[in-house]
Amino acid sequence: MKTFSGKTLSWGAADGTIELVLDRAPCNEIGSATLGELEQFVAALGSLEKDSHALIISSARKEGFCAGADLRELYRRSQAMPAGKRLASVREFLERIHRVMNAIDSAALTTIAAVHGVTFGGGFELALTCDLIVADKMARFCFPELRLGLIPGFGGIPRLKRDLGNAVVRDLLLTGRSINASKAQSVGLVSQVTAEGDALRVARATAAQVNKFDRDTAAAAKRFIKPVPREDLRREIDIFCDLFTRPAVGAGLRKFVESTDALPYLP
Amino acid sequence: MTTIEKTTDEVLQLASAHFKVPREQLRADDDFFKTLGINSLQALDLLTRLEQHFHIELPDYELQGVNDFRTLAERIQSRL
Repeated sequence: MKTFSGKTLSWGAADGTIELVLDRAPCNEIGSATLGELEQFVAALGSLEKDSHALIISSARKEGFCAGADLRELYRRSQAMPAGKRLASVREFLERIHRVMNAIDSAALTTIAAVHGVTFGGGFELALTCDLIVADKMARFCFPELRLGLIPGFGGIPRLKRDLGNAVVRDLLLTGRSINASKAQSVGLVSQVTAEGDALRVARATAAQVNKFDRDTAAAAKRFIKPVPREDLRREIDIFCDLFTRPAVGAGLRKFVESTDALPYLP
Repeated sequence: MTTIEKTTDEVLQLASAHFKVPREQLRADDDFFKTLGINSLQALDLLTRLEQHFHIELPDYELQGVNDFRTLAERIQSRL
């Protein structure tokens, strides 16, 4: 399918570049609806790739790129389920999102995340699947999962570890603090920082540049320098599932869900 | 050397300009969530603008429980 417009995202391809645009209120939280449409996108990638060199992932929401997993849906779905089935359901969701992330990570395209605003948790993890991150100067990156008694579950730690020094990974993971775009660039996470509202334009200019090169050569270079850390990704799912059954996680999720703040991400 | 008074004034100026609240309505002891009418997402936006303005890095856990401009300015001052 060359173009698609769903409930949570859309995509289209033109001039050698595929654009995937997230658009689900309030800030592209990834729940079952987004996951289903991401799976459709990944299924379509095989045919989209034939005529393209680059993929840009961006957000149409002014609040940011993506605030991560839909914790409200996760909590409500867990509560509606017999206790014995909750873990299997969470594991199935993680297996599915990992397949999507791995497919984007290993796509034979140059992939660019054009991010702005909130790029937290699963949103940060989605950006980390891309080869390049172009960030609006107002973007902020964060792994808040430890506040809930969890670790990032969509492949965040192995991918961050692949790209950055271990000390930076530990800082982000163990403090749960957010960092701005210039800090992210200084540690090597972000390749370009743009003026406010300019990330997508710069990502398109970057895509136009990579489109000048031979596609197969670029794909070979990518396979060489960006291996998918599959063993660590498997371990991440296991650790997440071990942690998920603890009462502290249920309490943390309940506190988050019952918060009256619009986006209760600050500590 | 920048004084705490100057830092506080710059914080108030920046908040006033960005959130379109007249400067004369803002006082150092005001609760910025209430005075500016902002939520946690907008507070994050304010934090990013302050980091850029003062050329500092201010971990958000240092702002835990901080809701008035004066204490916010003190946290910034300690990073200058």
